Amino acid sequence: MPETIDLTILETLDFDDDGFMTDANDWTPAIGKAIAAALELELTERHWDVINFSRAEFAEHGDAPSLRKITKVGGVPTKELYVLFPGGPAKLAAQIAGLPKPTGCI
Amino acid sequence: MKTLLILGAGTGGTMVANKMSQMLDMQEWKIIMVDRDETHYYQPGFLFIPFGIYGPNDVVKPKRSFFPSNVDFIYSDIEMIEPEKNRVKLTKNNQVINYDQLVIATGSHIHPEETEGMLDGGGWQKNIFDFYSLDGTTKLSRFLKFWKGGRLVLNVAEMPIKCPVAPLEFLFLADWWFTERGMRDKVEIVYATPLDGAFTKPRASSVLGDILTQKGINIETNFNIGSVDAGKNKIKSYDEREIDYDLLVTIPTNMGSDVIERSGMGDELNFVPTDKHTLQTQKHENVWVIGDAGNVPASKAGSVAHFMLDVVIENILRAIEGLEPLPEFDGHANCYIESGFEKGILIDFNYDVEPLPGKFPLPGFGPFSLLQESHANHWGKMAFRWIYWNILLKGGEMPFESQMTMAGKWS
Repeated sequence: MPETIDLTILETLDFDDDGFMTDANDWTPAIGKAIAAALELELTERHWDVINFSRAEFAEHGDAPSLRKITKVGGVPTKELYVLFPGGPAKLAAQIAGLPKPTGCI
Repeated sequence: MKTLLILGAGTGGTMVANKMSQMLDMQEWKIIMVDRDETHYYQPGFLFIPFGIYGPNDVVKPKRSFFPSNVDFIYSDIEMIEPEKNRVKLTKNNQVINYDQLVIATGSHIHPEETEGMLDGGGWQKNIFDFYSLDGTTKLSRFLKFWKGGRLVLNVAEMPIKCPVAPLEFLFLADWWFTERGMRDKVEIVYATPLDGAFTKPRASSVLGDILTQKGINIETNFNIGSVDAGKNKIKSYDEREIDYDLLVTIPTNMGSDVIERSGMGDELNFVPTDKHTLQTQKHENVWVIGDAGNVPASKAGSVAHFMLDVVIENILRAIEGLEPLPEFDGHANCYIESGFEKGILIDFNYDVEPLPGKFPLPGFGPFSLLQESHANHWGKMAFRWIYWNILLKGGEMPFESQMTMAGKWS
């Protein structure tokens, strides 16, 4: 039986136009699960490694990490990241971790 | 005697040397510059070489021509920066230079080897070219002269890149050039980008995306290249999309200098973590960064280095007097985007304000139209080369403020 996830938790939160939480401080792991569920992703331990790494990077540097940083510093190979977060790993990981859209691109 | 040491004599380093030689008391201070290359490259000109608008000789001059006479210059590789010891080791004669203030202006460089199969797959400089190096752009120019047409794919490997508008300019110029040669109908142009649109900022992305459509250029967004299959002439993304090419023009991964990595001073792309408003390095109070060597979230372009200049100079002078640096750099960038058929687009933006439409007031030259095509913008871009060699590098006065102004912009 997959775990039932309460999506109503998301209704009380503010999101920007791209679907990123506007205040990273409001985030909790339960919110992370709900965002992932809304994106039709079921989170494994490996997902949580990436999410926790992204949260820690944001706390230290004020930005969500780029794909390369998750790979090089976080130690998760790029190919695996695309399996975990299909489409856009850096963006999806940031979105689920309640962080702003990664600013790697100027 | 105290020492101001400048690493890198490109656009940023040369401007700092020229300004500082006027500002510092040269009885008390010595300025030393280090660079491994004797040639100064006008990098914005590389874009024009494939299309025969400039030749290689139009974009090079000896570095020495731009140095003030009271600055010492050493041609050498840099072995190691040791900021804890306030010293830098050079390769040449194992020389060690102790400094009081250090400016890092070592720039960013392309690394095609970061993409699997790009450099080692057998296609490099046969039908895969870059235009971010003089060698690459010159060889691409030769290839294009004899190309019969097919599918041209322009791919940006990874952000950030030096001058984020250059890929778009390349596409616009390619459309124009193939049209002029009467072979536009034989060339399919595809832009494969890791971004989710034509550009990084929403308003400009929409305007520039429309221009791509009008010119019949196809765009493949969110394409993160994983590998090149040079045998089959395909690029593959990490999410397993494939694009066939006959000619691949790549903007490879851009990284900071190797010496930054060797010295343990860089982030995952060897860019030096730098305060985005003071331009002081995050770890060392007497180490400063100008231009694309740092990790500030502004465009990695010469115009940005120019807007950084006054802030870096003022903050170094303040540091020498024991004062705190001022957070004055606002991320200002100002880019002429060449759009083909002797037209151009001008964009002007900073950390907080995205490129907006309107008029850019430039005393003596302007106004220039913002975020729309005009002939004046093209001539502004072409005039810039003269301004670069004759005024900008020498630290001369430009009719710009370092900080962005909202005058003339429609918000």
